[in-house]
Amino acid sequence: MNRKISIILTIAMLLTGCCGCAKAAVSGQSSAGASAQEDSNAGYITVGFCQVGSESDWRIACSNSYKEEFTEVNGYRLLFADGEGKQENQIKSMREFILQDVDYILLDPIVETGWDAVLKEAKSAGIPVIICDREVKTEEDGLYECWIGSDFEKEGRNAGKWLADYLQSKGRDQEKINIVTIQGTMGSSAQLGRTKGFGDVLKEHANWTMLGQESGDFTQAKGQEVMEDFLRKYHDIDVVISENDNMTFGAVNAIQAAGKTCGRNGDIVIISFDAVKTALQSMIDGNINADFECNPLLAPLVEKDIEKLQAGESLEKVQYIDETYFDDTMDLKSLITERKY
Amino acid sequence: MKNIQKITRMKLFFPLFCLLLVLLINVVKDPGFFQISVKNGVLYGRLIDVLNRGSEVAILAVGQTLVVAVSAGTDISVGSVMSLSACFTTMLLAGYGVNTTTTIVMPMALGLLAGILMGGLCGAFNGALVSKLRIQPMVATLILFTAARAIGLLLCNNQITYIRYEPYKYLGNFIPGCPIPTPIFVTIVVIVIIMLVLKKSALGTFIQSVGINSRAARLLGINSDFLCFLCYVICGLCAGVAGMIASSRIYCADSNNIGLNYEMDAILAVALGGNSLAGGRFNMAGSIIGAYTIQAITTTLLAMGVSTDQAPVVKAIIVILIVVVQSPVFKSWVETKKNRRRAEIKEAV
Repeated sequence: MNRKISIILTIAMLLTGCCGCAKAAVSGQSSAGASAQEDSNAGYITVGFCQVGSESDWRIACSNSYKEEFTEVNGYRLLFADGEGKQENQIKSMREFILQDVDYILLDPIVETGWDAVLKEAKSAGIPVIICDREVKTEEDGLYECWIGSDFEKEGRNAGKWLADYLQSKGRDQEKINIVTIQGTMGSSAQLGRTKGFGDVLKEHANWTMLGQESGDFTQAKGQEVMEDFLRKYHDIDVVISENDNMTFGAVNAIQAAGKTCGRNGDIVIISFDAVKTALQSMIDGNINADFECNPLLAPLVEKDIEKLQAGESLEKVQYIDETYFDDTMDLKSLITERKY
Repeated sequence: MKNIQKITRMKLFFPLFCLLLVLLINVVKDPGFFQISVKNGVLYGRLIDVLNRGSEVAILAVGQTLVVAVSAGTDISVGSVMSLSACFTTMLLAGYGVNTTTTIVMPMALGLLAGILMGGLCGAFNGALVSKLRIQPMVATLILFTAARAIGLLLCNNQITYIRYEPYKYLGNFIPGCPIPTPIFVTIVVIVIIMLVLKKSALGTFIQSVGINSRAARLLGINSDFLCFLCYVICGLCAGVAGMIASSRIYCADSNNIGLNYEMDAILAVALGGNSLAGGRFNMAGSIIGAYTIQAITTTLLAMGVSTDQAPVVKAIIVILIVVVQSPVFKSWVETKKNRRRAEIKEAV
């Protein structure tokens, strides 16, 4: 009896496991085999897209942006491959795209290095590759057409400038301002860029002091822990810079638990990055002062580049996407309804 | 002298000594470390932090100790199982596909219980593989180590599900009117239940005898396979409870991050507690002290302002020191040194 139960359990668990694996396979709006596609591809531009995974709301909004842009109505066939956070999945699906002889490959690389071989394969097959969102480091130049993504340094600088303006409007521009930063995963391009960008502005203001910088790994739980520690160590924090929204949610919890207030009319000014919908809601509730967008809707820009390549024009090697910010002086309630993520 | 020797030979001496040493360093660096104040009606202080944040690892360490003792192997899936249980609970409470909710669709207690049972089910799966199919524990638990997070993501429709329902936060934070963080109570309850079962029944002795020699135990009439299976189920249930706390802390199920690397901390806690990873005899109190030692080190490093990118290196050095000091080779080396010196003194006299 026991044995039977254990065998049934084993099989059940293996089956559920397999459902998870099946998702990694290349799936798209045209899920037919490679040979069948060649016949039906006439007139369409086939685009293979290697996505990182679906780890956050941001990423899902990013994927949806591609699915909405590269439709058959617009003259495209999109083959969508979810890398599930593993580079080997992405390399595998890139090789599949090369075998299927797609017209363009879009790659959102999970890590920066290790792409030389597969990019060379794509190049010798004559398939242009566009790198989106995250960056790659290659030994040779010219293995890909261009990179499109966010200018994290600019986001950080904008946050600094916003803070300067805000303090001036409150008449606190001569006061001593104590700042703490909850950093993202150390070494990630978002962390490096945002820290550096804000740091540049910090240097211009003699009255700003950076009390401490600790990493919250881009997660809510760690962000909360780091903020709790900051609150114990420093008793006079004026500003919190949190390098993504999830950590901000944790920081807000920690601040409220310590009996302090933050955001509009609060003791502590909170500046966040990413600007997801839930963060804007939190801003309406008065917990966050400003949020700097990291735009996931890359597809329209990518589509324009493909049009240029089709017309034989050359591309700029590095392209930044337009990004905005939100603060509590804006009409957030109407902004939030049109927000996609 | 004899009394001191008696104390140093006690099983719990080294784990306790290490914990006190870590705490002592803190007091030297910052005399306010032990200060506990009441802010906002709740206790506030670094010591409370250690007890509070160490809860998950302490609960995991309880289950892990049994698994190590009975099968001389480790369950590396506990972190992922935490995440799966949390996702399962939030999915039940919010309804499938709902991203954020302020009302729950089923009674909270039922949802939490289902999450814990999910952990037990995962434990049963691991236990079946190890005890019936005789797969090496690390390989058997590797399956859920990789798969459980993915299953959790599927359950949550690839999203982070937020439960913005006030009572859901109680388990991981504070019950209104109570100044002590709830996770501390949960840990105490788990420890008391396990300790009672181990002490009041013969289970503890049985587990040890199976761990030392499962064949001999079977010949003595102990159902080795079932005991092994049972330990994995208990370990899974512990992971489920830990998952509930972790999820309640942030009132959501963040499948990718809940319980990340906790399996390593749980195994480390067992080792720091002076338990042999080769199975057999075990020391539950040691493991629990080990869990809080790990948390104390982490809190210490944060309090001292060691930057986050360097902290793991410092942590690793401290852990190596503790493990070396506790190793039998080191202990016997110290013993021979001592004896030699004693002999020298005698000769001199």
